[in-house]
Amino acid sequence: MTQLKTTGSRKGLLGGMTDTNLLTTITVCVFVVMYICAIVFLQEGFLKPQTLFNLMNANAALIILSCGMTLVMITGGIDISVGGVTALVCMSCAVYLDEAGGNVFVAILLALGIGLAFGLVQGFLIAYLDIQPFIVTLAGMFFARGMTTIVHTNPFNVVNEGFVALKETRLIIPLLGSVNKKGNYVDAYVEIGVVVALLVVAALFVILKWTKTGRNFYAVGGNKQSALMLGINVKKTTFLSYVICGLLAGVGGFVYFLHVGSGAPSHAMGAEMNAIASSIIGGTMLTGGVGNIIGTLFGAMSLATIQNIVSSVGLDQAWWTGITIAAMLCIFLVVQSVIISSRKKKNNASAQAVPEQETKKKEGSE
Amino acid sequence: MQQGSLLEMRGIYKSFPGVKALQNVDFTLREGEIHALMGENGAGKSTLIKVLTGVHVKDEGEIFIKGHDGAVQIRSPQEAQRVGISTVYQEITLCPNLSVAENIFIGRGSGAGVNWREMNKKAGQLLDSLGIAVKPTQQLASCSIAVQQMIAIARAVDMECSVLILDEPTSSLDESEVAKLFGLMRQLKGRGVGIIFVTHFLDQVYEVCDRITVLRDGQLVGEYEIENLPRVQLVSKMLGKELDDMADIKNDIPVFKEDGEAPVYEAEQLCSTEGIKPFNFNIRRGEVNGFTGLLGSGRSECVRAIYGADTVTSGTVKMEGKPVKITKPKNAMKNGIAYLPEDRKRDGIVGDLSVRENIILALQVKTGFFRPFSKAKATEFAEEYIKLLDIKTASVNTPIKSLSGGNQQKVILARWLLTHPKYLILDEPTRGIDVGTKVDIQKLVLKLASEGMSITFISSETDEMLRTCSRLLVMRDRKLVGELTGDQLTQNTIMATIAGGEKNV
Amino acid sequence: MSEKLDPKGKGSVLSGLLRNQIFIPFAALILLALFNLIADPTFFALALKQNSAGSYILSGNLISIIDNGSELAILAIGMTLVTASSKGQDISVGAAIAISGSVLLRVLCGDNTRPETIQAPIFVGFLAAAVVSMLFGAFNGVLVAYFRIQPMVATLILFTAGRSIAAWINNNELPIVPGEEFTYFGGYIPGIPLPTPFLIAILCFILTWLMLKFTNIGLYSQSVGINEKTSRLNGLNPELIKLTTYIILGLCIAVTGLIKVSRLSTINYSVIAKDIEMDAILAVALGGNSLSGGKFNMAASIVGAYVIQFLTTTLYKFDVQATALPAYKAVVVIALVVLSAPVVREKFSRLMKKLRSSNHAAAESA
Repeated sequence: MTQLKTTGSRKGLLGGMTDTNLLTTITVCVFVVMYICAIVFLQEGFLKPQTLFNLMNANAALIILSCGMTLVMITGGIDISVGGVTALVCMSCAVYLDEAGGNVFVAILLALGIGLAFGLVQGFLIAYLDIQPFIVTLAGMFFARGMTTIVHTNPFNVVNEGFVALKETRLIIPLLGSVNKKGNYVDAYVEIGVVVALLVVAALFVILKWTKTGRNFYAVGGNKQSALMLGINVKKTTFLSYVICGLLAGVGGFVYFLHVGSGAPSHAMGAEMNAIASSIIGGTMLTGGVGNIIGTLFGAMSLATIQNIVSSVGLDQAWWTGITIAAMLCIFLVVQSVIISSRKKKNNASAQAVPEQETKKKEGSE
Repeated sequence: MQQGSLLEMRGIYKSFPGVKALQNVDFTLREGEIHALMGENGAGKSTLIKVLTGVHVKDEGEIFIKGHDGAVQIRSPQEAQRVGISTVYQEITLCPNLSVAENIFIGRGSGAGVNWREMNKKAGQLLDSLGIAVKPTQQLASCSIAVQQMIAIARAVDMECSVLILDEPTSSLDESEVAKLFGLMRQLKGRGVGIIFVTHFLDQVYEVCDRITVLRDGQLVGEYEIENLPRVQLVSKMLGKELDDMADIKNDIPVFKEDGEAPVYEAEQLCSTEGIKPFNFNIRRGEVNGFTGLLGSGRSECVRAIYGADTVTSGTVKMEGKPVKITKPKNAMKNGIAYLPEDRKRDGIVGDLSVRENIILALQVKTGFFRPFSKAKATEFAEEYIKLLDIKTASVNTPIKSLSGGNQQKVILARWLLTHPKYLILDEPTRGIDVGTKVDIQKLVLKLASEGMSITFISSETDEMLRTCSRLLVMRDRKLVGELTGDQLTQNTIMATIAGGEKNV
Repeated sequence: MSEKLDPKGKGSVLSGLLRNQIFIPFAALILLALFNLIADPTFFALALKQNSAGSYILSGNLISIIDNGSELAILAIGMTLVTASSKGQDISVGAAIAISGSVLLRVLCGDNTRPETIQAPIFVGFLAAAVVSMLFGAFNGVLVAYFRIQPMVATLILFTAGRSIAAWINNNELPIVPGEEFTYFGGYIPGIPLPTPFLIAILCFILTWLMLKFTNIGLYSQSVGINEKTSRLNGLNPELIKLTTYIILGLCIAVTGLIKVSRLSTINYSVIAKDIEMDAILAVALGGNSLSGGKFNMAASIVGAYVIQFLTTTLYKFDVQATALPAYKAVVVIALVVLSAPVVREKFSRLMKKLRSSNHAAAESA
């Protein structure tokens, strides 16, 4: 199946790129074009840097979850428990902080612990017991959602002082502020979550690009059998991808919690879907082996931007969000399969053309 | 160990449940030689290779390798690599999504980081030194199969292997790619690497190899210098027929007479996407003919094109004089063609379904979606053919996968006989099944033909084809190279035609 | 009714029964029943009561199981076929039910959300809902069969967008269907003491039985699921068959939607048929069918569906909140897939062998 019949090197700018780079480039272009369109047609908000920062503030958790998702998708898997884990983390931390009057740092450890536990169990079931990732993580999602309501049924806001202080912490970005209606200068800011998200993106980018473990993820996703023959521990690598994804779900969960400041069973509803969509829009292939964290960052931002545009043009009913995401996902899935299959076809065609030419040459010389 | 030898295998035995795959096989590889390992299906080549690479563990025997004292134990692919044995398989075992340089270096070496610049530099030097014209940064999937194969070899070379096994590396390459590969092989030979070359292409063996070891039925036939073994001799050794005393078992089959009737099936310039050269073919009512040639010569691809199993790219087809279009299996079935595929497990059985369901499947599809057979009717059909073909199964409800190979084959045969085809194609119907069943199937073929069915019969065993076919079409290197009838149907002529390249006769 | 679908279900001898696939859900059923019998014998009490409309109806836990389990059983029919042919599951069924219910309401209520009388015959409404459901089924089917996207990922698109689309169809209004008649489908028909959903389910089982008897859908979908290559060589069109199973599932969804909407005479887009995809998949698995496709036993899936409802009702009895249910079910799913994982089975049988041989050795030495 993976035996591609190809001949010679591709020509042209796009042709010379790897699949990963091609798809990432498309994503970045889409984001830039979309943002420029937003600036041109919906001037009011999008020209202000703060609009972009607000998008990041609101979607820091999504970016983190998407990074984990990208990682498992590169190894050829999928994890749909991340939304549920986020909700469970929010609720557990909220209950711990308010009802038990806990410490913020312990809450962070709690969040990481929950994420890690999900990652370890799911990773074990998928990598070592060879169970379909979708079934395992679907069960994981339902388990997390159910547990959330077992921890606490009703939504509530957290008033823990330490936590509120952390939540209110804003990092001022110099020079990019704007003047408000009253004529006062307002500083541009980002929340702590954005910093965490960018750190996660940077860390994963380094891991995926410059470590052997990172490259092993790609190898396993490209072809499991080959990866095994090349001396890679496929099971361990798969396991590790789910553990990291679970851990990032914990981190993302806490960042989400930091942004909303409450616990509720309905938190992060459909977040797994947004994360998958971000990854796919960001150029990660469902079939594995292709993907890039920078692409994922832009994928998540594209998703956020289009939602913002949709609400700016007056379609602010909640249900438009779901429809646009699904539509975008659908389009990108189809575009992906068309691009990749056309590249394959091109290579096939050149593979067949070569021998024919050669036989003709021979006949001519005789 | 002898002077100059790199690898010696002595008295290797290996058996699987019910099969003695290797019996007392010896094999010697010398320094700086290319050594062909030849044999037909079931000869034991692949088992021998797997014993050497640690995929299978030998039952008995000893393996010596230069530079290691005493016999070495090879229990896993990793251990094989450690003693300097590397393998490049027909199917590329590299990752298509990674770059060329990564594919050479991934999974090796120590340290946690990846130094791209150094890796690309080292890969570039390695590729240059081997004369492989490819950029280290290129994605593997954008390289041709030949280049991918060479990259796999480069990886093996860089891991300092002394024994390189090439398992059918050329089967999906075109001529110029093969030439490149051979250039690389000669270069490695010059460096003192011993290469074991497994292939089905005779021309290639004579072009590049120094020595040939022939296996047959799990036993060593012999080791020969290439100059001392003409092609026809090689073919006869592989097929297990001595040239001189080859008695002609022929021939109680009536030679097929021309009559005015249009052929049951007739194709002109038929060609498919599977790389065969366009061919003409026809078959008359009641005739049994066959495609012969070594494995990989394109005989299966021809019948798959006839049946519409592969995508047909050109050609006209007539059935009983009338033009028909056969582009997919369903067309062929509607026109009364039946096809028993070569790979029973992959293309033939529906493993989890019962014997009954497997038998009625084709007829059921022909009958139509809205006209299923009742269970009683289906059982009746199944039982009729179980009796007719003497299929050994506990009941009609037994899943087909729990039957023996021969009985599975009979079930699939039953499936097609039930559709009462005009034209039946049997691709290797007797492979991997016991002698009794083989004879049963041969008899059945002759009986069906006498009742007016046209049959195309493919087998790796020439005498089987001689016993059944009145006309043989000979394939070599994916081309139809000859047609033999009447007096020409002897082992000698067949082998000569298969071998081709008259200069060596 | 299960015996009807599987002629050799009960008639054969005990050993035959043990080997039969349907034994698995029945064993689970008996286990649950025994548990309830010990915990609280009154669980099985039945009573004939007069309802608000004045007619006598049966009531009790058992009745509520066959009532509420019916939607699941109907869905299990379609899910079994989809699983068999496409080696994966449709996770968009809940969202698709919302769409189908929304269409039904739209047709019955017209533009007015509180009409005095219904605007179209119920039959017409159902027909419209069925057509829409089957179209969405076809959408999933095309993605799976022709674009070769993994079933669970392909259906993830509708899973996200479905409830939004459902809300959009009715402009996010919640129309109420007037009249008694419409409530019959999810309640009781005057004069019949059994709940109508159960009767509809029985009708569906009979239709399914007829479908399996008078068409080749069973043979074809199993054959495609087990060996696609062989199926193609035997003249089948695997893509078309997969598509067909998704369309059949669409029809099942429409019937389920009718019952669900009729129960309330209205709809709640975010809650209707929530988490039902999990239950439907669980029903197929509990019926002993492999979630990776191939051979199936329809009757076993249907019994499986009722077993799940039995479990749900039992959990309710023990004061488990509805929102916490998924957590318990997720545990059951994981237990089931772990037990049926080939790796686990192999290890288990090796262990048994070792035990047996050590026993032998012990016996011999003695």
